[in-house]
Amino acid sequence: MRGESKSFETVRHDLKWSRLKRTVRLGLKSLWMHRLRSMLTALGIVFGVCSVIAMLAIGEGASHEAQEQIKSLGSQNIILTSVKPPDEQKVSNTGQSYVLDYGLKYSDIKAIQSTIPGVSVIVPGRIIREFVWNITQRVDCKIMGTVPWYPSMRNQRIARGRFFTEQEMTEKSNVCVLGAETAEKLFPLESPLGGSVRVGEAYYRVIGVMEAHANGPKTPEASVGGGNTSETLNRMFIPLATAKTRYGEVLRKRRTGSFEQERVALHEVTVKVAELGEVVNVSYAIEALLKRNHKKKDYEITVPLEQLKRAERTKQIFNIVLGSIAAISLLVGGIGIMNIMLASVTERTREIGIRRALGAKRRDIVTQFLVETVMLSGAGGIIGVALGMAIPFVVTYFAKMVTIVTFWSPVVAFSISGLVGVVFGIYPAMRAANMDPVEALRHE
Amino acid sequence: MDHSKPIVRLEDVHKRYQMGFVTVEALRGLSFEIHPGEYISIMGPSGCGKSTLLNLLGCLDRPSTGRYLLGEEDVSKMEDDDLSAIRGKRLGFVFQSYNLIQQLTVVENIEVPLYYQHWPEEQSRAVATEMAKRVGLGSRLDHKPFELSGGQQQRVAIARALASDPLVILADEATGNLDSSSGREILDLFDELNGQGKTFIMVTHDEDTARRASRAIRLRDGLLESDTRLR
Ligand SMILES: Nc1ncnc2c1ncn2[C@@H]1O[C@H](COP(=O)(O)OP(=O)(O)O)[C@@H](O)[C@H]1O
Ligand SMILES: [Mg+2]
Repeated sequence: MRGESKSFETVRHDLKWSRLKRTVRLGLKSLWMHRLRSMLTALGIVFGVCSVIAMLAIGEGASHEAQEQIKSLGSQNIILTSVKPPDEQKVSNTGQSYVLDYGLKYSDIKAIQSTIPGVSVIVPGRIIREFVWNITQRVDCKIMGTVPWYPSMRNQRIARGRFFTEQEMTEKSNVCVLGAETAEKLFPLESPLGGSVRVGEAYYRVIGVMEAHANGPKTPEASVGGGNTSETLNRMFIPLATAKTRYGEVLRKRRTGSFEQERVALHEVTVKVAELGEVVNVSYAIEALLKRNHKKKDYEITVPLEQLKRAERTKQIFNIVLGSIAAISLLVGGIGIMNIMLASVTERTREIGIRRALGAKRRDIVTQFLVETVMLSGAGGIIGVALGMAIPFVVTYFAKMVTIVTFWSPVVAFSISGLVGVVFGIYPAMRAANMDPVEALRHE
Repeated sequence: MDHSKPIVRLEDVHKRYQMGFVTVEALRGLSFEIHPGEYISIMGPSGCGKSTLLNLLGCLDRPSTGRYLLGEEDVSKMEDDDLSAIRGKRLGFVFQSYNLIQQLTVVENIEVPLYYQHWPEEQSRAVATEMAKRVGLGSRLDHKPFELSGGQQQRVAIARALASDPLVILADEATGNLDSSSGREILDLFDELNGQGKTFIMVTHDEDTARRASRAIRLRDGLLESDTRLR
């Protein structure tokens, strides 16, 4: 008994399915009869969907890149940098013996460590700008004296070799790790590992090379301007202790005719905050502390987390703007479809009359026209998705921009195109169905 | 066939059209019966209500007052969907201008009424093929209407009208667009089908055409002028 009713249901289901297939086939025939018109109609949707996906991919890529850059600074970090106070810049010209003294001090680190709770690690760094030599190859390089845990704290990876160790730090070893670009320039042919570079009179053994980029773009050109990348690319890292003994506190810079001397203890300090929620508060505390201890504003505080939040907000606004543009283009596409379908209803009045005379119910006519519009917008949607997913590749290839096609954007764009078909198809379909069969049959 | 039971029965049917403030009474009280196997011609001067009557008989429209029984059913007060079902199942139409669907082939055109009755595809294809053969178009199944002559197109329309084995076939000036020899062929086909028991109601202007019917109804100003049995 149950089995019988079940098989009956299956038959009904098969009937419905084959009927849908026939309706679709019929729709295809009608669309094919006016293929140029159908194509032009679908074009509106094609461009709508395509622009939605492409715009989202480009927007997503841009914001992803920005976020990656900020993340590479470490969202739990606060970065303090020494800056030359603006009003001190001219003073250096007045006397040769004058030493410009500014920036972050070791005492600042001690103060931060002892007074601010929740601060786990501090990476002090000193930056010295010098020429680095490998026999005849020369690179103008920022030499950074830092601590062994610098890479892990700044989300940077070693491509080859290793970073220096605590032991090398205490021994003040003459070892160095090169940035990717520096390594490329100094050692264009051979492997830099095991080689050595010269800075002034001192030689450093190369023990490692930094990775060019964490998960950024594939072409080197595309990474120009990237925080993580450009920051490490043309650097050379040596142990902080080595830097201190070798270069002292005073830095000489040759200027036209005179020497300019600067005393900067630390160029860069990274403070790691244990709790992500405390990052902003700690940054305020550090700012207050530095303000108290420094007469001039010879430091800068960067909070990557705040930048990240700002980037996220920007991305949101970006997405809203893009979404509105996309919605408008799909709306225009939809109105195009409705326009054509209304024309089609008028043109096919006679056919509607014939079908009604031959037994078509109102809903049969609605279904027929709706299937046609949905197919039009669906086909437009598919082509749009294909184009929309191809365009980001072209953009990445030619404009060297990062683009990311998220999984949901084609899905959403395609479903919206289907929805547009239904919404803008319903009115013409209803109009077709509500025609008086006698009037419709008389229509020329 | 049971000749005593009428398949069409009109009882004091009126049809009024409202045109602004003016009411036009196209039919002013028609009553008659049609029995299975009859071949009826409807004649009358232009504007006498022939098309109005045929639309009512074809369930494309409803009478303003009066009753219309088709088979056992009173169709004069039916809902739109039910009328659609009745048209598809009980009635066949042959129009003056053939009214085939241009994007469909011969066999697909014949299948249209069956499609709306939810026939399974193989079955409706088989019946449509058989009907096409019956009107002499067995070799033209996959042709499109524009590839056929007027006479052939009208044959397709007749096959389509036959497909769901209706109670009555309604023809409005079926030979009006054809040359005399194709027209004669169509009328021969009507005769042949009538000989097989099909009931025809045919509106015509032409006296000779009307004489081929078994019964001639004449209208004047929305009223029955004469109702003559010819055979
Ligand atoms: N839809 C309509 N609206 C208003 N008047 C109509 C309509 N259809 C028919 N009529 C009127 O009804 C009368 C009968 O028309 P019709 O049945 O078409 O005549 P016939 O087919 O015999 O020439 C005519 O006066 C015509 O003007
Ligand atoms: Mg007429």
